Amino acid sequence: MWEYTDKVKDHFINPRNVGEVEDPDGVGEVGSMACGDALKLTFKLDENKKIKEAKFQTFGCASAIASSSALTEMLIGKTVEEAEKITNDDIADYLGGLPKEKMHCSVLGKDALEKAIYCYRGEGEKEIDGNIVCECFGVTDKEIERTVAENQLKTIEEVTNYVKAGGGCENCHEDIQKILDEYNNKTPEAAPAKKELTNIQKIRMIEETLDREIKPALQKDGGNIELIDVDGSRVLVKLIGTCATCKASQLTLKNYVEIRLQEMVSPDLVVEEVK
Amino acid sequence: MDVIYMDNNATTKIAPEVLDAMMPYLTDYYGNASSMHNFGGMVGRQIVEAREKVAALINADPGEIIFTSCGTESDSTAVHAAIRSNPSKKHIITTRVEHPAIKNLYEYLAKNGYRVTWVPVDSEGVLDLDFLYDHLSEDTAIVSIMWANNESGVIFPIDEIAEKLASRKIVFHSDAVQAVGKLPVDVKKTGLNMMSISGHKLHAPKGVGALYVKKGTKFSPFMIGGHQERNRRGGTENSASIIGMGKACELVGSHIEEIDTRVRSMRDRLEDGLLKNVPNALLNGKKDARLPNTTNISFEYIEGEAILLMMDQLGICASSGSACTSGSLEPSHVLRAMGVPFTAAHGSIRFSLSTYNTEKEVDFVVENLPPIIERLRNMSPFWKEGACKVQ
Repeated sequence: MWEYTDKVKDHFINPRNVGEVEDPDGVGEVGSMACGDALKLTFKLDENKKIKEAKFQTFGCASAIASSSALTEMLIGKTVEEAEKITNDDIADYLGGLPKEKMHCSVLGKDALEKAIYCYRGEGEKEIDGNIVCECFGVTDKEIERTVAENQLKTIEEVTNYVKAGGGCENCHEDIQKILDEYNNKTPEAAPAKKELTNIQKIRMIEETLDREIKPALQKDGGNIELIDVDGSRVLVKLIGTCATCKASQLTLKNYVEIRLQEMVSPDLVVEEVK
Repeated sequence: MDVIYMDNNATTKIAPEVLDAMMPYLTDYYGNASSMHNFGGMVGRQIVEAREKVAALINADPGEIIFTSCGTESDSTAVHAAIRSNPSKKHIITTRVEHPAIKNLYEYLAKNGYRVTWVPVDSEGVLDLDFLYDHLSEDTAIVSIMWANNESGVIFPIDEIAEKLASRKIVFHSDAVQAVGKLPVDVKKTGLNMMSISGHKLHAPKGVGALYVKKGTKFSPFMIGGHQERNRRGGTENSASIIGMGKACELVGSHIEEIDTRVRSMRDRLEDGLLKNVPNALLNGKKDARLPNTTNISFEYIEGEAILLMMDQLGICASSGSACTSGSLEPSHVLRAMGVPFTAAHGSIRFSLSTYNTEKEVDFVVENLPPIIERLRNMSPFWKEGACKVQ
């Protein structure tokens, strides 16, 4: 059971402006049966170039119907230039909010509006912008980038809630994560490191990684690690405290220290112990 | 507003007799069944009786019944018992239409070293037995096949499969949470190794289930702890619910015939009424191979959640696809496995009746649902005057 606001319920049970405007000035059709929702938006202008009539036909869940109904109400009385400024958040706000899993319903409204305005201006079908990332729902990288930026999205789950991308076979999760990382500048410091590092840079990054990630973990068990030297891709370290006498220390070095350093600094690093 | 509850594959009403049987053990008799004193011991004796009643419903020996917390725990216990008892075998088989309790467990095992064979179904939800038999191997640790599908209601030929697997000495488990209480189930006749039962699907409360383990089946506990359930499931017994489940099994045993006759005829009346009164309505699942209480109908060109919420306004409770999938964006894995086209899959509604339903309720739904469908279709861009614009 979704927690819908009273306004969502009202617009679902008593939708406004259902149907198709006769002889419309703008038509926008988005979505498909496979997607699970689709919206056809039509509008007509009056002599002052204001939207006189806006109607919708929607295939979809309660919040898709409510979002469409809300959109038509918001459009009536606006000029096309004003209408153009409506965002998916405005639609959701008009309804007093939507459950986060249903935000894509407001995006559906925004997309239909955009297409209808394109149509009105005689710009025809909007070309597919960018490359398809999510094959299941036909979502492009550009669309994802835009939605991530507009809504400050942080996780794949949020992206799925907004534009559906990643909700099907999940094969594109890696690509979506890349877009998220790029936008949120989360590209780990390691990324530039993957290019050629100078020796100084490499040593600094190894030290930082040891201090930030590895030493605290070893210290918890009463041990520690000291960086002795870096020779090309060889990282020479000394184990201290319980680590020095621990039988599992070789495993710790190879399976933990080396892997972390490879991830964070450079994939060709090899850790060696100096007694 | 009166509720018309037609979602009994999701959960059922606690029978008043069950609640009465439980109440003393939630109030005055709170003793621990394992205690030395008689105050606890009397609870233990009630659990013995409950075990006998559950066993009687499926023609098992009481010693073959392990009480658990739910159907999911029973499923996990069965599968883990089989793979732990056969550590060298790394192949497991199930169907593409299982409940998430098995589906997600198998997906987890697939990521942890097991090779999984998913047996497909046809467009009517009928299992491809040849595919199953072709994929059995010496390496197969367990085959787990649901007795009846929760969404389509289609019943799988468990007797036949059990016979085949027994001859190959392969451990066979069935998730029978939808079957037990709706169909006669006789484990002695069927001869499967393990079978899961859920309390809340047969008018007992939520939080109690059972696992049948045939004598002689290798077993290792899933919940490791105390000596309860003869060392097969640790944890203090949920005495009141177990006693309630015993009572529920006794009751439902006496209702099996009514489910096969009165409930079946109400289901047919509902199904026929809707298929007749609504154009572009399609039945999902093989008509003559289904649970007597279940019907799953697709209303083309509209979406299930919208139908459910419109019905909710009238107090009618049903579900779309499956209770577990109505929150996600895609049609249920069951309908996808059956190859139901998108035009129909999104608008599928499952009604599942019980002995508590009445003909009057059925007639109310048959009368009130068609206008809801029409209203939503009139809003749909894919629907025009009784015909479809796409395709």
